[in-house]
Amino acid sequence: MTLFQMFQANICSPMVLAFAFGIVCRLIKSELAIPRDLYTSLSIYLLFALGLKGGVELSHCAWQQLLWPAVATIVLGCITPLSSFAILRYLGGFSIADAAGIAAHYGSVSAVTFIAAEKFVYANIGEGSVAAIMPTLLTLLEIPGIQIALAIGVIGLARAKAHPGSGAIRPSLDVTSRSMGALWHELLTARSMVLLVGGLVIGLIIGYDGYASVKPFFDKGEWMFKGALTLFLLEMGLVAGSRLSDLKHAGAFLIVFGIAMPIAHGALGVYLGSLAGLDEGSCTVLGAMAASASYIAAPPAVRMTLPEANPTYYLTAALAITFPFNLLLGIPLYFRMAQALVGT
Amino acid sequence: MNTHSMTLLTIIAEAILKDRLVQEVRHAGARGFTITEVSGEGSRQRRVSEILGDNIKIEVIATRETADRILAVLQQEFFPRYAVIAFLSDVQVVREEKYI
Repeated sequence: MTLFQMFQANICSPMVLAFAFGIVCRLIKSELAIPRDLYTSLSIYLLFALGLKGGVELSHCAWQQLLWPAVATIVLGCITPLSSFAILRYLGGFSIADAAGIAAHYGSVSAVTFIAAEKFVYANIGEGSVAAIMPTLLTLLEIPGIQIALAIGVIGLARAKAHPGSGAIRPSLDVTSRSMGALWHELLTARSMVLLVGGLVIGLIIGYDGYASVKPFFDKGEWMFKGALTLFLLEMGLVAGSRLSDLKHAGAFLIVFGIAMPIAHGALGVYLGSLAGLDEGSCTVLGAMAASASYIAAPPAVRMTLPEANPTYYLTAALAITFPFNLLLGIPLYFRMAQALVGT
Repeated sequence: MNTHSMTLLTIIAEAILKDRLVQEVRHAGARGFTITEVSGEGSRQRRVSEILGDNIKIEVIATRETADRILAVLQQEFFPRYAVIAFLSDVQVVREEKYI
């Protein structure tokens, strides 16, 4: 299958079409809105199901298999916020807070992009072609990027405060008003983290036998999960659509960044995955994870800790540029990269 | 019925600030509060973000001194950095001792 045919097949999946439909609804100014409680319920369901299945798979996995992929994931979690920050700050000329705020999103990971990448791989090379350890890696990648980017932002602003004139911030700003302890607590107990880790632990304990009783409700291969995911993507489309008008405020640099950065991070993810011994399906998913930008865990953490960062920039980049790019074109691209590197 | 003059402090803020604001309200000595989810737009005609949740309204009935202490914290820590407004009004309450 050529890359173009892959794009075509991907674009015609229910998930991608639901996302596009959400955008269209916003463009035609339809009043359609997914109730906030349903959005929350769907995200709880998807994250918990993801963790649960990951835990069940992990219960049958040799721990040695996890070592190098975990190292690769943590390295990715450290590199992606630093590269994002450096490019935004020094090439894009963004303020410290804005660069760090956006970097926190690109350093973390989008669970829905993860699921979409997994589904894409299954559709192309068959069920079970993604390693069982991947949801564990997703959990590992969630936090370091946010922490590193926020630390850069907080330290950078504190320095700018100590040397007024070296950075454009208000002199009265108290960047140390929140302790790092509070930030750690917030990130470790954030909804996405708790659901993924909780699901993983429960899955590990119950194993395949215990999972059988809840499988029809939670399993990624079942209609319930697929339906919920499609509905969630409709909501994502509505949210992305409502941010499209912000693209003009975001500027050309951020639009280019929102496409070029995922490609670079995706390539790095695929490469590190291949070094860690992952197969092509898992390399694709790791690439998509590295390429994705968080929009569940990162926005509240950034808003709380770096309120000086403009939400228009980080939310528009993550939701209206990078997420659709990965969903439509990025994932097939990372798959092709993985095939070239480790394909059979 | 005997009524007493107290101060009602109303804070409208981004929902993510709920825990921190509650902590400040308690710390300033308020005995209780009511929180409701609200929505609206401010002077910039736009919300911070729908992703970050709705706004909340925190209502605190307290003495004027307690309300002023909370306002001072808001002024110092929150107004410059977050989407928050606060205002005071005089109210008449029964059972004054519940608020002091």
